[in-house]
Amino acid sequence: MTVPYLEALQEFEPVIGLETHVELGTNSKMFCGCAAEFGAEPNTRTCPVCLGLPGALPVVNEKAIESTVRIGLALHCSIATWCRFARKNYFYPDMPKNFQTSQYDEPLCVDGYLDVEVGGETVRVEIERVHLEEDTGKTLHVGGATGRISGATHSLVDYNRAGIPLVEIVTRPVTGTGERAAAVAKAYVAELRDLLRGLDVSDVRMEQGSMRCDVNTSLGRPGEPWGTRTETKNVNSLRSVERAVRSEVERQAVVLRSGGRIVQETRHFSEATGTTSPGRSKEEATDYRYFPEPDLVPVAPDPAWVAALKAALPEPPSVRRKQLVTQLGLSENDSQAMVNAGVLDLVLATVEAGAPAAEARNWWLGHLAQAANSAGTSPDELAITPAAVARVVELVASGSLTAGLARQVVDGVLAGEGAPDDVVAARGLAVVSDEGALGSAVDEAIAAQPGIADKVRGGKLPAVGALVGAVMKATRGQADAAVVRKLLLERLGVSE
Amino acid sequence: MSQITREEVAHLARLSRLALDDAELDGLAAQLDVILGAVAAIREVTDAADVRPTTHAVPLENVTRPDVVRPSLPRDAVLAGAPQAEDGRFRVPQILADEA
Repeated sequence: MTVPYLEALQEFEPVIGLETHVELGTNSKMFCGCAAEFGAEPNTRTCPVCLGLPGALPVVNEKAIESTVRIGLALHCSIATWCRFARKNYFYPDMPKNFQTSQYDEPLCVDGYLDVEVGGETVRVEIERVHLEEDTGKTLHVGGATGRISGATHSLVDYNRAGIPLVEIVTRPVTGTGERAAAVAKAYVAELRDLLRGLDVSDVRMEQGSMRCDVNTSLGRPGEPWGTRTETKNVNSLRSVERAVRSEVERQAVVLRSGGRIVQETRHFSEATGTTSPGRSKEEATDYRYFPEPDLVPVAPDPAWVAALKAALPEPPSVRRKQLVTQLGLSENDSQAMVNAGVLDLVLATVEAGAPAAEARNWWLGHLAQAANSAGTSPDELAITPAAVARVVELVASGSLTAGLARQVVDGVLAGEGAPDDVVAARGLAVVSDEGALGSAVDEAIAAQPGIADKVRGGKLPAVGALVGAVMKATRGQADAAVVRKLLLERLGVSE
Repeated sequence: MSQITREEVAHLARLSRLALDDAELDGLAAQLDVILGAVAAIREVTDAADVRPTTHAVPLENVTRPDVVRPSLPRDAVLAGAPQAEDGRFRVPQILADEA
């Protein structure tokens, strides 16, 4: 038995919650001077502190505190005037110290919110807390199927990531969203990502793991207490956030309808199938035995400094978006269509890179939206930048490319063939407008279709379209259609 | 009244990966009970006087460092201390036992 998403949400009320981890874009790690960078050779960014060697003492990175406070302020949180780090104790080789330095009952920021737009309406997502901790190392499981931990014979650990500052942003349970639950979850993560990008505190690359989401979902019957929730981990794209909620809603509805009970558990999301599967059940309830980190002194942000950071915050993305949409003369419908397609920021970035608004809009809502759809990804994950799109628009405007050629160039960029100009050069896609070079193709088209040529000579001008098409085909789309039409009419002795 | 049970001590031992036999559990439970009793006596006084728990002997706040990269250790030196290494990484034993 299956229960489709919408049907499930006519019978049950969903409650969702999101925990988002964001790696800060600091130069150095949270408690030591090792470089905090992505992609270095394994274990080349470690030192006695982040390896947890005896006697090593951590010292807090001031930039990480500043970034976390700015995130809290942008999310309308209260900032703690005094708080401490805590040790979260557990045995797992991703932390060599056998604990993770985190925050427990004294987070840096509490009680905020983020407004997100879904289907033209504003939904307020309340933020419970924003706290600062350190990221863990990366484990590679060897000997099992497809790198899974179960069945592995041993594991290999790289501690480059261990100790990179990590901010955790936790929402309160979001209720009353009904069938928009999945869309709200996605819109929240998208808005949070844009906000963080605007603050310039992280590169927020979900595909590289610098932003990661855990999605909590539960279903309950109207008027009854909330249902038991599950926590879906490993959700690493905006599209997956939405799919994870949908999949859990559908799965839980089946269980509840058949009179079963939802087990509180951690579930894993599979990008391949779009469904969740149970994680390892824990024999013992999680018991991290948090206690204040004795090697660090309390953090007490000076209220005057916090006020200065608040005054210097950039405009939130929602405000900036509205301003740009107005400036560009885009209609409310247009802007809503772009929001729904997840391309508004991409269009605005393309405009900032020099393209006219209408062209930018057409590319992202048209060819690129289709390309993303058929690749099963979202537009912002396509392998093309707004700047590259702007360059293609420029090449069309200057007459170097026709609309058809421009699509070929974009497809080349998407296929990883390089920047637009590289694709033009490599594929030989420049427009042929040299009349001499086109002359023979024009003559051949007339000779091949004498009946149509006669119609045109007889004054039926629209019939020339078929001949233009034949020339375009013969030149594989590289001819300038206006020039071809002019040549054809000249040869046929017809003037417009 | 007892401050900590033998079962709680056994639970903590498991979480801490300490293998304690029955005699050690009995002994530690009794000793921890005395220690916690002493802490409870202090707490009566501090609660009454509204004293904030002390986690540091020195009254310091906001000890930070600038966000500046310092050299890391050479990888050979880092891995030299590991019981086993492979492909530039620490090699660790099987994490999950077979669940068959």
